Amino acid sequence: MKTPTEAQARAAAHSTAAPTPFQRKHLLGLEDLTREEVLRILDEARGMKDIFTRTVKKVPALRGKTVANLFFENSTRTRTSFELAAKRLSADVINFSAAGSSVSKGESLIDTVRTIEAMGADFVVMRHSASGAPHLLSRNVKSAVINAGDGTHEHPTQGLLDMFTMREKLGRLEGLKVAIVGDILHSRVARSNIWGLRKLGVGELRLVGPRTLLPKWFESMGCQLHYNLEEGIRGVDVINILRIQLERQSENLFPSIREYQVLYGLTTKRIAAACPDALIMHPGPINRGVEISQEVADGPQSVINEQVTNGVAIRMAVLYLLSGYRGGPLSEDE
Amino acid sequence: MTSLLIQNGRVIDPANGRDELADLLIQDGRVAAVGRGLTRAAAEVFDARGKVVAPGFVDLHVHLREPGFESDETIASGTRAAAAGGFTSVVPMANTNPVIDTAAGIKFIQERAGADAAVNVFPIAAVTREQKGESIVEFGDLVQAGAVAFSDDGHAIMNNEIMRRALEYCAMFDVPILDHCGDLNLIGHGVMCEGEVSTRLGLPGIPPVAEAIQVARDIALAEYVGGKVHIQHVSCALSVEFIKRGKERGVAVTAEVTPHHLALTDACLERYDSNFKMSPPLASEEERRALVRGLAEGVIDCIATDHAPHSATQKDKTFDEAPFGVIGSETAFPVVYTELVVGGALTLPQLIEKLSTAPARILKLPKGTLSIGADADVTILDTEWRGAIDESMFRSRSRNTPFLGRQVHGKVAATIVRGRVVYRDGQVLV
Amino acid sequence: MSEPRELMNKEQMDKAIAELAERIDRDVAEPGATALVGIRTRGVPLASRLRKIYALTREWNLPLGHLDITLYRDDLSTLGSQPMVRESRIEFPVDGKTIILVDDVLYTGRTVRSAIDAILDFGRPRAIRLAVLVDRGLREYPIQPDYCALKIETRPNQTVQVLFPQVDGRQQVLLLTLDEGEAPEPA
Repeated sequence: MKTPTEAQARAAAHSTAAPTPFQRKHLLGLEDLTREEVLRILDEARGMKDIFTRTVKKVPALRGKTVANLFFENSTRTRTSFELAAKRLSADVINFSAAGSSVSKGESLIDTVRTIEAMGADFVVMRHSASGAPHLLSRNVKSAVINAGDGTHEHPTQGLLDMFTMREKLGRLEGLKVAIVGDILHSRVARSNIWGLRKLGVGELRLVGPRTLLPKWFESMGCQLHYNLEEGIRGVDVINILRIQLERQSENLFPSIREYQVLYGLTTKRIAAACPDALIMHPGPINRGVEISQEVADGPQSVINEQVTNGVAIRMAVLYLLSGYRGGPLSEDE
Repeated sequence: MTSLLIQNGRVIDPANGRDELADLLIQDGRVAAVGRGLTRAAAEVFDARGKVVAPGFVDLHVHLREPGFESDETIASGTRAAAAGGFTSVVPMANTNPVIDTAAGIKFIQERAGADAAVNVFPIAAVTREQKGESIVEFGDLVQAGAVAFSDDGHAIMNNEIMRRALEYCAMFDVPILDHCGDLNLIGHGVMCEGEVSTRLGLPGIPPVAEAIQVARDIALAEYVGGKVHIQHVSCALSVEFIKRGKERGVAVTAEVTPHHLALTDACLERYDSNFKMSPPLASEEERRALVRGLAEGVIDCIATDHAPHSATQKDKTFDEAPFGVIGSETAFPVVYTELVVGGALTLPQLIEKLSTAPARILKLPKGTLSIGADADVTILDTEWRGAIDESMFRSRSRNTPFLGRQVHGKVAATIVRGRVVYRDGQVLV
Repeated sequence: MSEPRELMNKEQMDKAIAELAERIDRDVAEPGATALVGIRTRGVPLASRLRKIYALTREWNLPLGHLDITLYRDDLSTLGSQPMVRESRIEFPVDGKTIILVDDVLYTGRTVRSAIDAILDFGRPRAIRLAVLVDRGLREYPIQPDYCALKIETRPNQTVQVLFPQVDGRQQVLLLTLDEGEAPEPA
């Protein structure tokens, strides 16, 4: 006979609130997740955010676990956020940057990660310039892989923190009108937002940008395409602005930064077309005066700093939930 | 006098319009007789009851990687892979290291093939020196040395003037240029076909028009200078359309399509598996259907594998870093038989024509027929077999196949080269 | 599962909570320096009942908090999947206060151990006292209640359920006995 623990007995006494079980080994993208899984992460992050208000901003949940941050592209912001999230859950953190590692000496990605795994990493948080790099890794290593941004594919934790912020500020996601503005083609943030928001029943999802950066195929992902900024943001509840990469100009994807700013730069005057209290979001880092004006970035509607705070809560929720993986039918690759 | 009697098979010989239950007698490496109840004593008898006896398959497009990339494939291993796939003749591309662009290179291939090959090897040479696209090779000298055609495969010829002169000059020898079409500027850093799937996966796309533009150019130039052009691995509907119009205008244009472009689409790339990365890339289902239709209507003349081996170390990389190319020799027949014959697009005799008679005709090789006196290159097929493609079928040095685990109908039962059984029941015998 | 046995009906439970309040009362020397913290889930309605009693009978307005101990559990890695983390709400300074930690049932002592750890992350209380409605014995850690309304002996294959109207729609204490081979409900 099994002996019920106090916790089990407690749960038995309160089974009505049992959450949807979360059984995933890796977080590769939001496209793979179910609506219930996305919701579970968002709900879990609320409990995590609560820890930030305490005197001791740390809980023992992941004591004894090791998180390896493996960043093949520089991103102080995302790396620090993951590091803080792991530390607040009491995990140990090791940081690898590609520049200092043997990757630059020709070692293969798989070999690099196997080395880190041999040091006992339970989680590998990876940022890589190649779309699909975390998928390759997930097939070749035993650690749980968390995609911290792969090429122009997905950036799932950014998508989640954006949704968390919208939900926290506006109280819901169902029925919202959201516009994503900028270089959609090359944006992993846009893709993760699209998958997540579509699953959570957002009302209208509009993508706004020049035709060369907004291919028609995005329509099949349930989005409306707008090449005119004013039309695209008219009446929306949220404007999520993407960073424009200066090097796209040399690829002839648009004529000049100046023209981009003229056509798509978000200014106080322009955002008036949206709802009066529409949220202004940006995943950072910001090119002030290019895709967004100084006034808009620092204005009352901007939630850019809250996004950063929420990012830590989301990453804590993701680490916490993935650490509950016990193997089983829902795993992606076993 | 050596002899082999293949008894009671269904002999399908498209060149002679034959499709009947018959015996086939081989003597001294040549077809000696075809007919019912051949009773002449033979040294060896092959019971082909329930099987199909076809002219040996001819693959106009393989990469044997020798010289230079022997860890991926060699003439010995690549021709054994071909034998296992029912191919009795292969045409290896010239993008080796060094590039085959001189008579000495052709001689090297011939010598290595003479020593190591399990099937016939017909060498070709590059169109431009070192395949750099800058200056043409010594076509006349190479033809005399035994080059059966010219191709810069692996590289597009971007300079229209070079292409014009190559077509114009080679017309003197009645030898075609085999062209790998794809405008390099449009391809850019692309790694898969541009479309819905590439947009979702966030992988840089290659628009199908990158190929079609060069197909149109080749046809226009071939018409203008009266040359012969063969379009390699056609991958999209627009290219098929241009080839069709070229043929209608009487241009000497022929074309091939690969089993993977006939059977797979870009949807296969969901998991970023580099075993589905090849050039030209897999396209949408709509494009795939246009290729099947183009083949069935005769716009596309033949099937060629573009067998492109890469070792696991090469392929176990992120999708954008992994090299283009997949192997195809061993899996070609089961894949196309399942897709085209079971799928209803072609009859078995039509498929055999696309795999043997047609490719031989394009390069004027003395192959692809079971006529009396012809080289006794024979492929025996078991069309009843059903199963999954598994590890045991491969003879290549590499395993970069997109077909592992695929359920198929039909397999190659035996391969006979000039009267000698080189492959039978899963075993390479040479 | 065999028929649940009723340990307390509604009236008996009301009486037990009132008695518990009274016992704690003797120790609450300074109402201004005392706070109630209920452990989620059933410690929360119990703590709020205690608070209501003091408000009515003593006109004390004790601060009330609730605590989710999920992230402090020592058995996270043994569970089938991660339990939901809910908010902890302690919106008063913990430093220097006497914290009355409230839970419905005391069993192995592991939950209380986690709860003490959690409270310490909010600050440094002067003292922590433990109040429970039912002590069912079978302790695994050296933790004892300071205040307890009912102490009974149970077996490991039994479960004590305390039901509150706010959560369960009725008020009752039940003893459930699992049959041989019957697994307890998963956490």
